[in-house]
Amino acid sequence: MLDDIPRVRVSVRVNGKQYTRDVEPRMLLVQFLREELSLTGTHIGCDTSYCGACTVLLNGRSVKSCTVFAFQADGGEVLTVEGLAKDGQLHPVQQAFSDCHGFQCGYCTPGFLMSTVQLLEECPHPTEWDIRKGIAGNTCRCTGYQNIFKAIHAAAAAGGGADRGH
Amino acid sequence: MYPRAFAYHRAKSYPEAISLLSELGEDAKFLAGGQSLIPLMKLRLSAPRHLVDLNFIPETSYVRSNGAARFGAMTRHADIAASAEAARIPILRDCAAGIADPQVRHMGTIGGSIAEADPTGDWAPVLLALSATVKTLGLAGERSLDIAEFILDAYTTALQPAELVTEIAIPLPAERSGGAYIALKRCAPVYASASVAVQLTLHDNHTCQDARVYLGVLGLTATRVTAAEELLRVTPITADSMEKVREAVMDMAEPTSDMRGSAEYKRHAAGALAKLAVETAVKRARGEHVEVTHLYA
Repeated sequence: MLDDIPRVRVSVRVNGKQYTRDVEPRMLLVQFLREELSLTGTHIGCDTSYCGACTVLLNGRSVKSCTVFAFQADGGEVLTVEGLAKDGQLHPVQQAFSDCHGFQCGYCTPGFLMSTVQLLEECPHPTEWDIRKGIAGNTCRCTGYQNIFKAIHAAAAAGGGADRGH
Repeated sequence: MYPRAFAYHRAKSYPEAISLLSELGEDAKFLAGGQSLIPLMKLRLSAPRHLVDLNFIPETSYVRSNGAARFGAMTRHADIAASAEAARIPILRDCAAGIADPQVRHMGTIGGSIAEADPTGDWAPVLLALSATVKTLGLAGERSLDIAEFILDAYTTALQPAELVTEIAIPLPAERSGGAYIALKRCAPVYASASVAVQLTLHDNHTCQDARVYLGVLGLTATRVTAAEELLRVTPITADSMEKVREAVMDMAEPTSDMRGSAEYKRHAAGALAKLAVETAVKRARGEHVEVTHLYA
């Protein structure tokens, strides 16, 4: 049956570079990024739209890439964790997570970084409550979140919302 | 997890989407934001052989105000939350800004949500409290349905095969109106344990001329609590009457015990949420700016 189903052409700009692939319609955006483009920084955690490890920005807005079909990104622009650092310099949000040790095992971190980039874009000086709302779709099973909060405050103080790298 | 293989059809207009779905038959489904359908497909609880994609149809995502607040069916929750209409009708913002988490609100649509008619969905109690109208388009042309006629049962709407939602229209509330929607959740991405929507219009500062009270999540569809509405219409708003509203809601609620909590816990939660929602709605109707958000416990 699979041979009978026409593939769907997906043209998408990822981290500033244009890609075109013909894929199975059922391919999810996260699989497109990881398997077609070898951008494995975006992780699959729960695979049920709960944990947020797969968060990327699609047309400037955070989405759970395990719950978006690749074809939904056609003609659009995606920013993944690989697109944050510029010229060997960590993005201010990455630097803050590193400085504050806002992670332990690191598995959820790419998703937290992308949600934080999105939060600071909309709200450059977030309150504690803004941060809670901003990262409500991301789960960390290691840290207890305290250092993640510290990292987000530090990233805001460092102007992390001012430069998204694009 | 991969969904079962399906064929992809990108519609360029609603009429094209409708004729595609009608040709493809029962094994075809419309795809809106996908925030319910994609997880269901990945779990193989839903396994359509064809998807007709509505995401690339122009002019389907909009917020307008002409005689009513109008939302295109493909308007994302995040866009509703940020709209001037939601600022003017605060219960809309409570709902739109409280659905799941930012990532889901960026993709999920109001039309998709009500067409899904999930009993744990957030929009139904809110749109019922606001007496919203649902515009649809199908093979037989356009229809305009009261939201109460649209949602028939759990996961069941009045939509005919190949018919889709095009717009949700909300009559502009009268002067001195206010509302609130509050859900109790264990955390953002999960379904709520209980929710309450209240929309009321004051006569003077201490009496209501009209009130709507709906419970979400606790039944197969949102449940109207007419006893609480009656109380609000006939008794002055006092601490004592608020307590009676709480009791009326607890009497009416028929929750079942599940992983989200015992029936007794949810019944108490519904009562407490109703009291908080009425108090908030009254303050807003008096012109106060009050922020409420979903409660997480």
